[in-house]
Amino acid sequence: MTAIPPLTPVLTDNWDDERSWTLASYEARGGYDALDTAFAMTPDEVITAVKDAGLRGRGGAGFPTGMKWGFIPQDNPNPKYLVVNADESEPGTCKDVPLMMASPHTLVEGVILAAYAIRAHHAFIYVRGEVLHVVRRLQRAVQEAYLAGHLGVDIHGSGYDLDLVVHAGAGAYICGEETALLDSLEGRRGQPRLRPPFPAVAGLYASPTVINNVESIASVPAIIRNGAAWFASLGTEKSKGFVIYSLSGHVTRPGQYEAPLGITLRQLLELAGGVRAGHRLKFWTPGGSSTPILTDEHLDVPLDYESVGAAGSMLGTRALQIFDETVSVVRCVLRWTEFYKHESCGKCTPCREGTWWLVQTLARIDAGEGQPGDVEKLLDLCDNILGRSFCALGDGATSPITSAIKYFGEEFEAGMHTPSRELFPPAASTAYAQEVGV
Amino acid sequence: MTEVTGAGTGPLDAAATSDGTALDASLDATTLGELRQIAARYPQGRSGLLPMLHLVQSAQGRITPAGIEACADVLGLSPAEVSGVATFYTMYKRRSVGDYHVGVCTNTLCAVMGGDEIFATLQDHLGIGNDETTDDGRISLEHVECNAACDYAPVVMVNWEFVDDQTPESAVRLVDDLRSGAEVHSTRGPRICTWREAERVLAGFPDDRADEGPGAGTASLAGLRVARERGWEAPRSDTDARRTDEHADSSEQAAVAADEQADTGRAETETKIEEGKE
Repeated sequence: MTAIPPLTPVLTDNWDDERSWTLASYEARGGYDALDTAFAMTPDEVITAVKDAGLRGRGGAGFPTGMKWGFIPQDNPNPKYLVVNADESEPGTCKDVPLMMASPHTLVEGVILAAYAIRAHHAFIYVRGEVLHVVRRLQRAVQEAYLAGHLGVDIHGSGYDLDLVVHAGAGAYICGEETALLDSLEGRRGQPRLRPPFPAVAGLYASPTVINNVESIASVPAIIRNGAAWFASLGTEKSKGFVIYSLSGHVTRPGQYEAPLGITLRQLLELAGGVRAGHRLKFWTPGGSSTPILTDEHLDVPLDYESVGAAGSMLGTRALQIFDETVSVVRCVLRWTEFYKHESCGKCTPCREGTWWLVQTLARIDAGEGQPGDVEKLLDLCDNILGRSFCALGDGATSPITSAIKYFGEEFEAGMHTPSRELFPPAASTAYAQEVGV
Repeated sequence: MTEVTGAGTGPLDAAATSDGTALDASLDATTLGELRQIAARYPQGRSGLLPMLHLVQSAQGRITPAGIEACADVLGLSPAEVSGVATFYTMYKRRSVGDYHVGVCTNTLCAVMGGDEIFATLQDHLGIGNDETTDDGRISLEHVECNAACDYAPVVMVNWEFVDDQTPESAVRLVDDLRSGAEVHSTRGPRICTWREAERVLAGFPDDRADEGPGAGTASLAGLRVARERGWEAPRSDTDARRTDEHADSSEQAAVAADEQADTGRAETETKIEEGKE
């Protein structure tokens, strides 16, 4: 077998095709062929193929996708539902939106395969409302798929029926949390539910429901088309397959880089032209703002689920936000914390009250008006939020704070007397800083 | 744009009247029919409430008491229940926004890359604050959270279309163009429509403009470009080999056929791992 190259475009491979978003373009590459392969298998065999491939959830948590499908109790008399979480809102995360923009049919084909596997006849794509053109492309793709007989009644003569609804949300980060998403899809305020019961048993309309991230579902057609072993030949022992890494911030060529799991940030930065000219890496997030920040010590950590965990963070959504030495870590942590405060749904006290106190304390430090004991207060507040909140939003809110204090404690101490904007003038950090001669 | 008139009670009205907008009229028969159509898309009608509220905004320019009543009537809910939902989500506006709703991302990465300065510049240039609208009703301004376009930072959204890689100067030109009525295109999408037109699409009534704009912007293709330049591809599978005859002679197939794999590893993975991580 030949060596696997550093980048392996699969999901992104058709993004530069002429009119890549259209059915004609997608079918010209063999799109929707995987349906016939799957319909020749039993639903359980499709689940087994996804299990054997080793596909793990691409939305952040990394739970094995096939296993999630296997949890659906088929003896439950209620209808089964598939819901795609397309509410991409985690700060730094920007992979699902370009995927749905460039190739919505990859997702639609994946939906049909996944729904067939779990024996659902209704599926939903819950897409955040703030991406209008993505909504248009999804609506069109679904319409084209119906007209071509890939959706609707007796798909490809298989006897299998599926209806797919594109559902636009209305602006709430919390709806990316899967049980909050279900409440929102039921027409309620998007607040998380107590578990158990898990959605696999009592999800949408209290019926068995699978909720998967866009990229997870979009990976399924390639698995069915090329085989579980092909997929498992990429990546590492426990983190199999290919994923999209999203580089943003102070990098020469930001963007989407699709690679087998286990590539390092050092390798990715090389491919992306490095940190912007004349600057060096200071800190980065491996998978969005809810994953503890890492530093230049961690350039060689393989970006797979296990290795990033061992380095004290989480792989998350592979949202690699790169910040160079011009950036104040206090300013960043304050802004992220303001975000969590704004997006806290208010259901549980540790998150609702805790994020409010965190912002107050951080704002003081950012302004150079920190008081003795503020850093300890932050850590104490985090300790009372982490693990005590209703859902992962509260946990995530503490990640940037505790990790930043760990690696850059002296910057928080400097906030006792000096504003962050004096230590790190914001103008030097802007994308256009060189153009204006800063 | 139709001016809204009418009367109502409750917290939404206070907001409605404070900016000088007249009280709302009831919805017309077409809109009521469309609200019912939305509810009928779902196994349970209440699932349609979010798109229905988008439609109310399209028809009435904001979430009006009459719109709340109409949604409640269609779904058999109380107006308070509908209100409770409408007030939870940031895209629902209780005051009229401009024809062009400009959202500047000031979440951390965009803020650092210039979003803070862009937002401050636009506030100054337009003479309005966060969540306010210019006197001519053309532009409203809001700082928004991460909009999933970090590789194009700093990002500005206009009626939820991407305007990528902005500077304070380009953002000022953008709002000036929008204000003057010039045709403005998203950097990765179509001609920018009005906010009300956008809300109609979000309600699930397509405007047939999916084909406008490119498939992907430059940053979206960054990795793919590198792979193309260096001749890097994902390993070929048996399926690829069958599809493309010219490559079928490879003796180094990366994959074993799927059917050979279907029976392996089935037993050990069933229910060992505890559910609930995600």
